[in-house]
Amino acid sequence: MSTERNAAVDLPADGLVAVVKADCPTCRLVEPVLAALPQVTVFTQDDPGFPAGIRDRRDDTALDTSLALEVETVPTLVRFAGGRETGRIVGWLREEWQEFTGVGGLGADLPEYRPGCGSRTLDPDMAEELLVRTRGGSLRSRRLEIAALEDEVEALYDRGFSDGLPVVPPTPARVLRMLDGTSRRPDEVVAVVPPNLVEATVEKVAINAVLAGCRPEYLPVVLAAVEAACTDEFNAHGLLATTWGAGPALCVNGPIRAEIGMNWAGNALGQGNRANSTIGRALQLVIRNVGGGRPQEVDRAALGHPGKLGFCFAEDEEGSPFEPLAQSRGVPAGRSAVTVFAAEGPRGLADQISRTPESLARSLAQGLRSVCHWKLPGGFDASLVLCPEHGRTFREAGWDRARLHRELDELLLLDRAEITRGAGGIAEGVPAGGSARPIPKFRPGGYMIMHAGGGAGMFSAIVGGWAGGPGGSAPVTREVDPWR
Amino acid sequence: MAVNDPIVILDPTDESAADSRTALERPTSLDGLRVGLLDISKARGDVFLDRLAELLAERGITVRRYAKPTFTKPMPPDLRREITTHCDVVIEALAD
Repeated sequence: MSTERNAAVDLPADGLVAVVKADCPTCRLVEPVLAALPQVTVFTQDDPGFPAGIRDRRDDTALDTSLALEVETVPTLVRFAGGRETGRIVGWLREEWQEFTGVGGLGADLPEYRPGCGSRTLDPDMAEELLVRTRGGSLRSRRLEIAALEDEVEALYDRGFSDGLPVVPPTPARVLRMLDGTSRRPDEVVAVVPPNLVEATVEKVAINAVLAGCRPEYLPVVLAAVEAACTDEFNAHGLLATTWGAGPALCVNGPIRAEIGMNWAGNALGQGNRANSTIGRALQLVIRNVGGGRPQEVDRAALGHPGKLGFCFAEDEEGSPFEPLAQSRGVPAGRSAVTVFAAEGPRGLADQISRTPESLARSLAQGLRSVCHWKLPGGFDASLVLCPEHGRTFREAGWDRARLHRELDELLLLDRAEITRGAGGIAEGVPAGGSARPIPKFRPGGYMIMHAGGGAGMFSAIVGGWAGGPGGSAPVTREVDPWR
Repeated sequence: MAVNDPIVILDPTDESAADSRTALERPTSLDGLRVGLLDISKARGDVFLDRLAELLAERGITVRRYAKPTFTKPMPPDLRREITTHCDVVIEALAD
């Protein structure tokens, strides 16, 4: 910064330079000392008339020189020789000033020592402006102006940037602070976002993370989520364009859950936690604003569901009877990851009586069977969010995730007679004929099991998905750490 | 910041100003035109297109048939290029 700025400010090649502000008692204390120096250039940060009695006094209320000199404390005294800085002192220490300036008897009537004050460049009320002045040039997005008499929240609605709830205005300062959440460059491409197949840069994702209400430390999770959602396997385009109402949901694993304060305990799938609520929302805003996927346009959902505003939660790994979801999907232990999957709204599944894993698994299978349609097998994926009180039953019985999957697979073999078209007086179902063998409810790997929720309540949740596999959507897991 | 300064925000979109595109004139007749029928692979779309092909054949118009691999994903660019190269008019079936 200093090299670039030095070219823009006018500093003497040789001699003393002082930086002061009138608001600083130490600067006022040394006012006569500065006036007594035979030669000094004084830059003043606040009152251009301060200090008195200086021949070469310069207005630095714009702080360009203070920034160029990286001044942190006032008064600062800098010595230049041949255009280079050769020494610097801060505050007031009589002997130090005498030695530094080579002028004896300076400030004989002043106290021997007074510390300086903070430079105006470090004032909190200047932080925003200076952040944009020093780093705003790294941002490439189009600047939009909201007139002073417009309400900025209303203006963002009018421009179509919102999902229906208020959004945070993405000012350059907010976006720069958001970008502090990652080491990636703003112009790096994160993914190609459907439906319009637009390259989303780190900066564009950060802008939408600001809109969503994210804190900078959430940004790596949002970036990993965008990367995961914009894969051919997840097929965000199809999920958006289908008349079915599911949307992308996120399950976060690993140390980042606690680092950014996510919720995996009571009300894990609900409202009230900033990280949970805004990370999922940021992904949906990227699809809306960057990809161009809007309801009643390319988003053709007949009904949709409230979680399409954003659906994100963390897995309860500590209390889980199983290994973390991300680990079961190939991420090494101890690493942070996000898994995106197609999701309807969660529906509770109560079983307060079962105390054996066999009985409980049957209950869970009944719930999973109802996804899409009780009589329709093979098409749709689903997820099961196991609550801690249900998880306990499997832990005590020594069932791991693979065992529960095996048992559920067995329980989810559907009897063709029950699901044939017309059976049970319901026209919907599978066509008559064909083999009499039972039909699996789900494709292989067509449902995931996660663990979250509060300590009390024997209520797990079934989360319906969408058409699974290559013609539809499959869950995708991506690590978070590469995006830090 | 002065009271009347505008608030500056950064554009969260892809910044593609809406392309103004003019639709081609509707042909007054299909005579001499190369007609394509595109099945997006939704169930029973073929029933609709088969009947259209029959009706067009009665009018002496032969058609080329195309199908997307799956209705859930965008058309492969190669297929799009093939259709635009070989057809003047395309009828797409969105039936369910």
